[in-house]
Amino acid sequence: MSKAIKITKGLDLHLFGQAKPEVVETTVGEYAVKPRDFVGITPKLLVEQGDRVKAGTPLFFAKGKEQVKFTSPVSGTVKAIERGEKRVVEAIRIVPDNANEYEDFSVCSLSEMSAEQIKDKMLVSGVWTVLRQRPYDVVPSPDTNPKCIVVRGFSSAPLAPDYAITLHGQRAAMQVGIDALRKLTGGKVHLNVHSRLSRTDELLKLENVQINTFEGKHPCGNVSVQIEKTDPLNKGERIWYVDANDLPVIGRLFLEGRYVTDRIVALTGEQVTHPQYYKVKKGASIASLIFNNIKSENVRYISGDILTGKRIDKDGFISAYDNQVTVVKEGDHRDFMGWLAPSFDKLSFSRTFLAGFLKNSTKRTYSVDTNLHGGVRPFVVTGEFEKVFPMDIYPLQLIKACVVEDIDLMEQLGIYEVAPEDFALCEFVDPSKNDIQEIIRKGLELMRKEMGE
Amino acid sequence: MKFIKNILDNMRPNFEKGGKMHAFHSLFDAIDTLMFVPKTTTRLGSHIRDAVDNKRTMIVVFIALLPALLFGMYNIGYQHHISLVGVEGAVSYCDNFWGNLWYGFLKVLPMLLVSYIVGLGIEVVFAQIRRHEVSEGYFVTGLLIPLICPPDVPLWQLALAVAFAVIIGKEVFGGTGYNFLNPALVARAFLFFSYPTYMSGDTVWIAEQGDAVSGATPLGEMLAGASMPSSSLMDMFIGFIPGSVGETSVIAILLGAVLLLVTGIASWRIMLSIFVGATLTGVMFNLIGANDYMQLPFYYHFVMGGFMFGMVFMATDPVTAAQTNIGKYIYGFLIGVMAILIRVVNPAYPEGMMLSILLMNVFAPLIDYYVVEANIRRRAKRAKLAVKN
Repeated sequence: MSKAIKITKGLDLHLFGQAKPEVVETTVGEYAVKPRDFVGITPKLLVEQGDRVKAGTPLFFAKGKEQVKFTSPVSGTVKAIERGEKRVVEAIRIVPDNANEYEDFSVCSLSEMSAEQIKDKMLVSGVWTVLRQRPYDVVPSPDTNPKCIVVRGFSSAPLAPDYAITLHGQRAAMQVGIDALRKLTGGKVHLNVHSRLSRTDELLKLENVQINTFEGKHPCGNVSVQIEKTDPLNKGERIWYVDANDLPVIGRLFLEGRYVTDRIVALTGEQVTHPQYYKVKKGASIASLIFNNIKSENVRYISGDILTGKRIDKDGFISAYDNQVTVVKEGDHRDFMGWLAPSFDKLSFSRTFLAGFLKNSTKRTYSVDTNLHGGVRPFVVTGEFEKVFPMDIYPLQLIKACVVEDIDLMEQLGIYEVAPEDFALCEFVDPSKNDIQEIIRKGLELMRKEMGE
Repeated sequence: MKFIKNILDNMRPNFEKGGKMHAFHSLFDAIDTLMFVPKTTTRLGSHIRDAVDNKRTMIVVFIALLPALLFGMYNIGYQHHISLVGVEGAVSYCDNFWGNLWYGFLKVLPMLLVSYIVGLGIEVVFAQIRRHEVSEGYFVTGLLIPLICPPDVPLWQLALAVAFAVIIGKEVFGGTGYNFLNPALVARAFLFFSYPTYMSGDTVWIAEQGDAVSGATPLGEMLAGASMPSSSLMDMFIGFIPGSVGETSVIAILLGAVLLLVTGIASWRIMLSIFVGATLTGVMFNLIGANDYMQLPFYYHFVMGGFMFGMVFMATDPVTAAQTNIGKYIYGFLIGVMAILIRVVNPAYPEGMMLSILLMNVFAPLIDYYVVEANIRRRAKRAKLAVKN
């Protein structure tokens, strides 16, 4: 294996509530597909409340891109179409039956298939939606060609699941997944792993793939960072990426002819009594995971990690790209003169709290809540973002370009290379408490519209 | 704690929309959030946030300024009493520590009051009009302004300078975070250019001095053509010289610098590059040695006037400094060079630090522009290369 690529900037947050390496089977009472997980698509529904669906039955397609189908992860009945403001479809909720029926997409051998055939199969089965693209951090258009495809083989986020556990026993399916991806690009398929985190032979033994080893702190697991170090993205180019946990979904489509979304997710966070792994399917409700398993009432449920995840209800659903659920205390308390107190237990990247000077402060585990710790202000402090942003991009300048919607400047400063998640640590350390990921997402969407995608 | 919280909670409805005191909600918010960190939770994006906020950042700078403030008070008393030595009927307190401190305290207190009342008053009004929260920026600025003024500055002049600095130096651009000039230096420059005879003469540097003493600062002496300042290097290092309230003692300023660097609040890049820039320029003048000022050993510049204070507390203001890391080196270096250049070569101004920082404040965005432009070009070049292959 080649030498590890070192990422020196960044920040590892050590929090309580790491999942124990135990995988538990659980009966999930409900599943849902949430169109909002897929940025920038307008869903056109294909089912109604009460319809019977199988795993792989299309639920909706993307307006303007009719080939891109979004399918049901389980067989069962459509319980409800949930709508939010302006009747935007929030979720298609499905109650599973015990029949476990799958739409048949027919088993076929990859070697006999053309790229177009592979694409068509992935599109019609809904497997296509496991792919995402730089630029814009969206599901790619099937009529485009990526210069390479990246498989994210680890996560460096706080309390992230261990891929050695979530991918256990999946090697055969993953290999087929890799082989399928290889046919979709003229370039390489990269598999990015960490030198220490989430080491799994299941990944390292995969063939026909360029394995890149990374070393360093979060966000070295973000694909934007990895892409910049291995095959930087330029204007006009596209790179697709997929999380290793979705490789088996691709693989099993060709091996079994079915849309099988089985996955292992981690339930994490200090507020979880038994943080551990659960075997579920895509879009599972967290209700059965957290049942009798949460320490207090006033908590927030997050699909994804604590820096980039989305807030969900206590009977909400795990988002399409997440393999982690985090539960964190709500921080709606008021500290007396918190800005003055020396504070030995506050988690801060800055060295303005005494906690930062204690022995092993960087390795200590912290207890956190959702308090904003201050009021929202214009950007004042400089130089902090750069310490946690490992790309050759000026984060503050790009953020400001997005705020003022200067698309030329956004383009020049590298908007195509980033996703909101890359700014999660900037947002965390920002003493002015701005919602930076939101700013970047708006910037990306503005850019996408401007470019007519 | 509970008691204060209850009072605030009881008062809050009056200040909310529709309440009879709504016109003062900015003031209430400011006090409320000063007492208790708001209970706001994260809404979008990262669900947890760093415990640091701008208030925390500002309080650290404030604490870092305290040694300079305390020494400044003491020195005012000391200089005052020393100037009275030999004056008939005067009692000498020179060696009376508490007497000196008390005298200085009584001199500085009105300055602080004027600075904070005028400055914060304007801030609150602007916050109210703009429906913002009151920014904590003035917390530090309000202390900086008295520290860089001579002890005998008339309070009405100080009030005018503060108003000018806050309104023209900051609020017209949108408030803290949007200003491009350091507001405290704007106040100093306002005084300097509006009342030049007053600010660069001999009369203001020692509070109510006796007739027998010149009261000139070391920089003033050098400008007047002295070959060496009359104070010893050690006196200047410790700070027993006439000068602005907070800028005389290098030791006290260094204490603050240590705090700022250890906590990472001030940029070491800026401090280091100012030091390097000034040293190189000083050494260069020493080598030329065409006149007395050029022959003054370069390290004297670090202990005279506002050099250290400017380097540690003024040039490092993140809003008005260069924002890129490379830019900070350039920005700092040029401040160091310009400060010594103005001191030694320019016949009109005794102190170069204030002007050089203000000048580089103006140029900081330009420096950043070229630094960022290099990044843009690098990206464009990479794209071109990719097309070629």
